[in-house]
Amino acid sequence: MIKRTISSIALALGLAVATIPALASEGEGLAPAGTNIRDQASLQRGAKLFFNYCVGCHSLKYVRYSRLASDLGLSEEEVMTNLNFTGAKFGEPVISHMPADDAKTWFGKDPPDLSLEARAKGVDFIFNYLNSFYLDPTRPVGWNNTVFPNASMPNPLWELQGLQTAVHGEAAPGQEAVVEKLQISTPGRMSPEEFRGATRDLTAFLEYAAEPAALERQSIGVWVILFLAGLTFLLYLLKHEYWKDVHESH
Amino acid sequence: MANVFSRIGDWVNERAPNLAPTYRKHMTEYFAPKNFNLWYYFGSLALLVLVNQIVTGIFLTMNYKTSALEAFNSVEYIMRDVEWGWLIRYMHSTGASLFFVVVFLHMFRGIMYGSFKRPRELVWILGMLIFLVLMAEAFMGYVLPWGNMSFWGAKVIISLFGTIPYIGGSLVEWIMGDFLPADATLNRFFALHVIALPLVLLLLVVLHLAALHEVGSNNPDGVDVKHGPKGNKWNPEKPIDAIPFHPYYTVKDLVGVGFFLTIAAFIIFFAPTFGGWFLEHDNFTPANNLVTPSHIKPSWYFTPFYAILRMIPSFFGTAIWGVIGMFGAILLLALLPWIDKGEVRSVRYRGLGFRIALGVLVFSFLALGLVGAGVTAEVIPEWFPGADVTTWENAFGRLMVLGYFGFFVFVWVYTRFGFEKTKPVPERVTMHD
Ligand code: HEC
Ligand code: HEM
Repeated sequence: MIKRTISSIALALGLAVATIPALASEGEGLAPAGTNIRDQASLQRGAKLFFNYCVGCHSLKYVRYSRLASDLGLSEEEVMTNLNFTGAKFGEPVISHMPADDAKTWFGKDPPDLSLEARAKGVDFIFNYLNSFYLDPTRPVGWNNTVFPNASMPNPLWELQGLQTAVHGEAAPGQEAVVEKLQISTPGRMSPEEFRGATRDLTAFLEYAAEPAALERQSIGVWVILFLAGLTFLLYLLKHEYWKDVHESH
Repeated sequence: MANVFSRIGDWVNERAPNLAPTYRKHMTEYFAPKNFNLWYYFGSLALLVLVNQIVTGIFLTMNYKTSALEAFNSVEYIMRDVEWGWLIRYMHSTGASLFFVVVFLHMFRGIMYGSFKRPRELVWILGMLIFLVLMAEAFMGYVLPWGNMSFWGAKVIISLFGTIPYIGGSLVEWIMGDFLPADATLNRFFALHVIALPLVLLLLVVLHLAALHEVGSNNPDGVDVKHGPKGNKWNPEKPIDAIPFHPYYTVKDLVGVGFFLTIAAFIIFFAPTFGGWFLEHDNFTPANNLVTPSHIKPSWYFTPFYAILRMIPSFFGTAIWGVIGMFGAILLLALLPWIDKGEVRSVRYRGLGFRIALGVLVFSFLALGLVGAGVTAEVIPEWFPGADVTTWENAFGRLMVLGYFGFFVFVWVYTRFGFEKTKPVPERVTMHD
């Protein structure tokens, strides 16, 4: 009985594990973002970058300034002076001032709301996207991106990263040459290492923005699971006690 | 104090004289075989999940907005601004997936131990009806958040009805109440999801259990305890190998509940999207009929059936064969009591052919699940560079379709024409403890 039970469980687990590679298939060929949303300082740095470089075009319509303050450990004053440049009230959501019509004419596209970007595309996508802009004079905005080809977003962080250019490989006949790698041609204010750190912070901030509950979810979960494991053990003892009757009745 | 309770009890019993006997009939004097194993936990766990879906569903309804304009926002509102809203939603979404995990295992147990056979055919048929309603319930629930996968999933699945000759086109419009999944669709799905189907589901579950208690449970040995010797420690007339459901199986099922809740909590708190399988990435973008998700696929629990649909080619100028195959796959399961004519119930004493066939059934079902989820399409180019993905996927998928349907054909021939060489079935249950 015990053996059978164990082998059944092993079989079920084996099948479950066999499907896991498929689970991880999202974000193929992307470098891992390596974010840690429990690092509050990283979230604060990320928020700062977002409000300095992105909110001009992108909203976070599901995120309120007041919520940012409590979740990122900032005071109302800090949020209102360091992050809120749109003149919104403390209790209001983060809405960009970019008029949709202007955006259409400038970029050919509305900059999408980024509240759920990390859940829709994955953190690895955002992290790699922010690192993969390169100058491309053939594009209307002058920029292109290897992770999101022909994106209509100019690199907002170019002063930090510097200017990247593409090194093209041999073009197959009749086809465009593929981008082999990206190179910094004009250095920016940050070293490549620092820039990766900054984009990691920014990605972490967007990950938090996509699911604020994630901040408390895991710490509550630890207690819930400990409680349930203890309860299960007690229930097992109870069953064991009751079933003595059954085993004696053979 | 005790006095007060017993007086209240007496007061109720005088006015509802059937209550206490019903309780005894189904709990303390309901005798079940004593040799249930792991596979017998899933019935009570399905009940637990059903209750969870209803309770968390009620709380979700308090803040969900049934409108194509507001649905998506209201779900985010629940996730962010409603107290414990995220927990309630994750309990509901994880519960939906675990419902299918539990029910699939519950059904597999039934096939493995021959629980569908005489005299439990009605229990099985009611179970299959539950399964159908459950699939409809899950499908409509998935549409409610009005994410992009909700929209496209609904569109693809509803258009299946369009393959029905003559009436197909108007049927699709009638179901959606529009030319596309739209506000009208969302509103009617809401009505069906939160009240109509749950009522049907509850009724069917009550009937399922009533039918079961009429004939009594089967067990891992497939031995009829009712026909064995009588007289046990608790009752001289009841089967010797049976024990009162309460307290013995209630405490045992509670251990299963504890285990199950621990695993469920792990998912809810640490992996609520389960890597995109329980909550899909594309459903975190609002419904948009201009942007098609790169891979439209239904939730994981539908993927085996979806794969059957996709793998069966269309011919004679219609795609209806895939639809027939998909529903046929479910119908054949329901007909199993009449397809499998073997006298021996439990796999423990059945012929080698049946054991192999059962293995093939499980393997093809899981493999079809991977095909339907698009996993094979991703894996083939990685494992076999240069291979033509569609050709390979079709070859593999169709082989698995054959495996699935082959099970039913094989089992019928195998048992109908006396090919099965069974092992001797013991007189009494073997308690493996
Ligand atoms: C000048 C306006 C502008 C700024 C500033 C800007 N973006 Fe964008 N962004 C866009 C536009 C336009 C798109 C749409 C691109 C497309 O779909 O072709 C976009 C798209 C994106 C996407 C991909 C969305 C998708 O389709 O999944 C991400 C991620 C993103 N931006 C992140 C950022 C971040 C992070 C910043 C701040 C560092 C930023 N953006 C700053 C205009 C901008
Ligand atoms: C909401 C879904 C369901 C619930 C709540 C439910 C509940 C139960 C319960 C409590 C039992 C008794 C305990 C046990 O044997 O595990 C049971 C037995 C059974 N169920 Fe279900 N069930 C559900 C769905 C199904 C489905 C989909 C099928 C198959 C089509 C099915 C087939 C059976 C059979 C054959 C038995 C008798 C098993 C035996 O005696 O060996 N049930 N069910």
